[in-house]
Amino acid sequence: AKQTAEWPETVSHPLFVCSQQKELTSKKRDEFEDILEERRLSSDLRYAMKCYTPVIYKGLSPCKPNAIKSAVLQSEQVQYVIKQLAKEMGESPDIIQEEATEILDEMGHSMQLGTVRFFAFTLSKIFKRLFQRVCVNEEGMQRLQHAIQEHPVVLLPSHRSYVDFLMLSYLLYTYDLALPVIAAGIGKADFLGMKIVGELLRRGGAFFMRRSFGGNRLYWAVFAEYVKTMLRSGYAPVEFFLEGTRSRTAKTLTPKFGLLSIVMEPFFKREVFDTYLVPISISYERILEESLYAYELLGVPKPKESTSGLLKARRILSDNFGTIHIYIGQPVSLRTLASGRISRCPYNLVPRHLPQKPSEDIQEFVSDVAYKMELLQIENMVLSPWVLVAAVLLQNLPAVEFELLIEKTLWLKGLTQTFGGFIEWPDNLCAKKAVMSGLTLHSNVARLIDGHVVLNDKGVEDGAVGEIVFKRALAILMCATYRNQLLNVFVRPSLVAVALQMTHSFRKEEVYSCFSFLRDVFSDEFIFFPGISLKDFEEGCFLLTKCDAIQTSQQEIYPTDKGNVIVSFLSAMFRPFVEGYRLIFRYLSKETKEAFTEKQFIPGVRNFVFQLLEKGITQCYEALSSDMQKNALAALVQLGAAKKKKTSSGFSYNVNQEAVNKILDMFDARIPVQKPMAARL
Amino acid sequence: RQELLKWNGWGYNDSKFIFNKKGQAEFTGKRYRLGGMVLPTFKEWIEKTFGASLEHKTTSRTSLNVNDVPPSVVNEEFLQDLRATKISYSQDAEDRIFRAHGHCLHEIFVLREGMFKRIPDIVVWPVCHEDVVKIVELACKHNLCIIPFGGGTSVSSALECPEEEKRTIISLDTSQMNRILWIDEKNLTACVEAGIVGQDLEKQLAESGFCTGHEPDSMEFSSLGGWVATRASGMKKNIYGNIEDLVIHIKMVTPRGIVEKNCQVPRMSTGPDIHHFIMGSEGTLGVVTEVTIKIRPVPEYQKYGSVVFPNFERGVACLREVAKQRCAPASIRLVDNAQFQFGHALKPQVASIFTSFLDGLKKFYITKFKGFDPNVLCVATLLFEGDREKVLQHEKQVYDIATKFGGLAAGEDNGQRGYMLTFVIAYLRDLGLDYYVVGESFETSVPWDRVLDLCRNVKERIVRECKEKGVQFPPLSTCRVTQTYDAGACVYFYFAFNYRGISDPIHVYEQIERAAREEILANGGSLSHHHGVGKLRKHWMKESISDVGLGMLRSVKEYVDPKNIFGNKNLL
Repeated sequence: AKQTAEWPETVSHPLFVCSQQKELTSKKRDEFEDILEERRLSSDLRYAMKCYTPVIYKGLSPCKPNAIKSAVLQSEQVQYVIKQLAKEMGESPDIIQEEATEILDEMGHSMQLGTVRFFAFTLSKIFKRLFQRVCVNEEGMQRLQHAIQEHPVVLLPSHRSYVDFLMLSYLLYTYDLALPVIAAGIGKADFLGMKIVGELLRRGGAFFMRRSFGGNRLYWAVFAEYVKTMLRSGYAPVEFFLEGTRSRTAKTLTPKFGLLSIVMEPFFKREVFDTYLVPISISYERILEESLYAYELLGVPKPKESTSGLLKARRILSDNFGTIHIYIGQPVSLRTLASGRISRCPYNLVPRHLPQKPSEDIQEFVSDVAYKMELLQIENMVLSPWVLVAAVLLQNLPAVEFELLIEKTLWLKGLTQTFGGFIEWPDNLCAKKAVMSGLTLHSNVARLIDGHVVLNDKGVEDGAVGEIVFKRALAILMCATYRNQLLNVFVRPSLVAVALQMTHSFRKEEVYSCFSFLRDVFSDEFIFFPGISLKDFEEGCFLLTKCDAIQTSQQEIYPTDKGNVIVSFLSAMFRPFVEGYRLIFRYLSKETKEAFTEKQFIPGVRNFVFQLLEKGITQCYEALSSDMQKNALAALVQLGAAKKKKTSSGFSYNVNQEAVNKILDMFDARIPVQKPMAARL
Repeated sequence: RQELLKWNGWGYNDSKFIFNKKGQAEFTGKRYRLGGMVLPTFKEWIEKTFGASLEHKTTSRTSLNVNDVPPSVVNEEFLQDLRATKISYSQDAEDRIFRAHGHCLHEIFVLREGMFKRIPDIVVWPVCHEDVVKIVELACKHNLCIIPFGGGTSVSSALECPEEEKRTIISLDTSQMNRILWIDEKNLTACVEAGIVGQDLEKQLAESGFCTGHEPDSMEFSSLGGWVATRASGMKKNIYGNIEDLVIHIKMVTPRGIVEKNCQVPRMSTGPDIHHFIMGSEGTLGVVTEVTIKIRPVPEYQKYGSVVFPNFERGVACLREVAKQRCAPASIRLVDNAQFQFGHALKPQVASIFTSFLDGLKKFYITKFKGFDPNVLCVATLLFEGDREKVLQHEKQVYDIATKFGGLAAGEDNGQRGYMLTFVIAYLRDLGLDYYVVGESFETSVPWDRVLDLCRNVKERIVRECKEKGVQFPPLSTCRVTQTYDAGACVYFYFAFNYRGISDPIHVYEQIERAAREEILANGGSLSHHHGVGKLRKHWMKESISDVGLGMLRSVKEYVDPKNIFGNKNLL
């Protein structure tokens, strides 16, 4: 029989598992391929001039960037807001329309092949100098290629460095895929300041949003419509960072929802059949901005990212930043995620172009998706041996014997793998060599001296006490940046371990209550899928059982004999956070007056911790990190112990001393933690 | 009439698609313009579209096995009372089976290879309003269930007997109530018994120089009472209106008594219009016996037409503009590319070399000269009606609008064939069933701004669901915008697939149809534009009209029919 009719090839997508519990059996992941290898062997010029014909969305009607711009400007959505504003402000719509045009020009991308080729050439040169290898899972690229043809695609990379989006675009060019349009934030002193590079990036396809435009309705309308037009037309993949900004700590930041809800809207309104969300994990063996971040966390202003600053950064070019791993995750179908989750027709009774506040249903769904995507990023984030070394080193300050370090690193490697961590450990590389190569790459962080590994806090011996503390803090924060990469893999079993130690109890109920309390306190510090405390607890227990650290019965949890080592290690790993929060809460409970702003809070708490460090009362250097300080404050707001109010100049906070003291008491295990959901155990 | 019609498929016995000895498709009979013609490209289209092959054939049983039919359970007392009324009735198995179903796919499938669990126990043929009153009284007296039966063309499972119904089920066949009682030329109305079939109504009115203009695609078989009971819509509604616009007065027999108005006026403000409880009640409240309906003089002139658009988007934009200017012809429809190709495949063998040469030239002009992609372009079919002069004027206006949207006039012939197709397409399913292809149509109404999104998403959803459910070949998933309104349009979908390799095609089919309906609702479409709810779409009623809305309908049912004599379980 003649069978001419055949199915077109499509990508299959994973079904949404509501429990969010990851496949805990060691997951099969794709193999990596080094894309720089080819670059080192053949001409960069030829590469830059190669025939570039990216695959496109099947429903694409080809159009020019200018056509898109005018489509955005003429769209009902933007016109509606323009008319509204004109009416409210008593201005002529033409003036506002002009304003909209300016906004559009400021952010609008205009991709030019010439610029792309220029980038391809220069970036090849730069990347080859900076990095040893740039490893990509090719299967992921192939899946992405299919996805781009099938539905609009949203790329969701992790954000650790400015290199992220350069690298991703470079990668897509290399694999002959459509370059993404990037929704990258611009602050006053940020990118747009870098005139030349900014313009180049724009021509390379990036588009920009102001970092804060909360109040500007016109800006929001133009921006949202621009992104949605890109998606609807399938013109190019849209790329943005769920974390909103570069994580200065290498720890995944809690997601921002604004952009995500914009890109999901065309699907909610059924303007597109489906949308693919693609989590992408980019991990750096050594982060380009590592010392910059440490300074920033300690409150020393970072140098402006001006063009001249970038030129100065040339000296960086002579440095070695090891390997980058980019893991393109499985494209996730938004339609599949949404099926059964949200009421079918929330948008049926209002014209679709009218701005409409998303229903609670939808807000919750957006938040769930955001967390799910971040958890997927974390799952595929590659961990280098150095990450393990850093974690061990931080628990053995000031110095650790080299042989012991190797032994413990190997031990931690096993544990990490049991917990589902994705370690890239070169196949036949012995532990000693792996640790050594890490030390070489990170000689600015730690050094081998007389058979001992010590932090590289040069000049600690001489100088004032304050300077010694500062330098030490700098070294510790830099080192912590690497340990931090482990935390989200370890957080569930570790918080069980911390809870075990804090409660001094084996009763499951009590341990769970404490776990649940800790999970709430640290909800801004680590990534937890919203509302599944019990599942997280069970996962933590399961992992601890799997590595023989604990045994559980119906009612009880207790460490095994050999398990104490693991439990202690895990709780020590998170001690800086427990200690740090305790210090910050203490500051807030005693030292602050009525209302304060973040700008007052950060220096205040920094001084407080600094003094304690100087006096030697605490060793918790990480409490100096403004990141931790902000998270702790946010935690208080979430726990209801502080109130956040919007004022004309930003946010102001009010702390309820009593409530903070109560939380402190729980931390000090002076009173048992409330038992919120004990009944469900 | 029962003798003329197929017992296990659509329409007349003598009209069907076959493959002749040469392996070419042919449509038999003389009733349709397509009758007796050979369709040379049709076979290839079927093979290409469905991956179907003539070598793989299924066969329906050729006749009904009377022994399989559930027995008729009727109590003797009722039969005695019934005989006393002199109303004719039958307990014959074939008569009962014939009235046990509509034309949903699963119903036809059951006829071909299975048996219904529950069918009517007795069929009665009242000949006038009074007969119906008597039957309803008897049913109330003996506590029996009545299911009214008109043309039997339901596609919403409305005629299926509820399996759990323990009472005797009476199928009340209205076909003998088919007279035009009077024609009022001053007011242009006619009072007609509700059992009359569409084509008979038009034929008889035509003798006096009138028509109703109500032409649903099923008009050869469907009845006036059925139109009222389902809120029917006709092809030429742009001129004549839908059933709710046409009806002036309705007489309905209910267990509570007769419901009607005191006058026959164009409009009245006397609270909510009780006609609207009746229209769309789907046989749950009573039997419509007499309807006064608007009539119009038969139009002097009719002209078909067609326009080719470069793509569906432009076509929809044009229809929207036509609706905006309120200059829609009697009918205007836009078929998508797949349906255009389908229509093309049903083109009969051309008589002369000259016409074939002309066709080639046309094709060349459109695809090569105008640059239309034959795999993207779509076609609007038009029907103008009225005074000759006005029609020509109207035609020009519409073609001018079409030109603005890139449309090219494509001739009367294409238009006419398009409309003829809607009548013969129902026959096509029977052919498909012989070759492992199941298919069905469904419809919705949708605001203008969502037409394109809805069409695209529903078609895509069907394709995906088919794949997920293990269908081996891509399905035919096609649509047309079939009616235009000020605020939106009616969209009609055809959906068919080759079920070779699937053990339970009906179940798979129903899952996919359900998914398609969910998709329609999610895209802002309605549960139904004119097919009605029946039992097939009951599931979504609450979501469609809200809890309170459903409660309002329930309370009407409660009052009118407290004992649930009209127990077909439709709608609510």
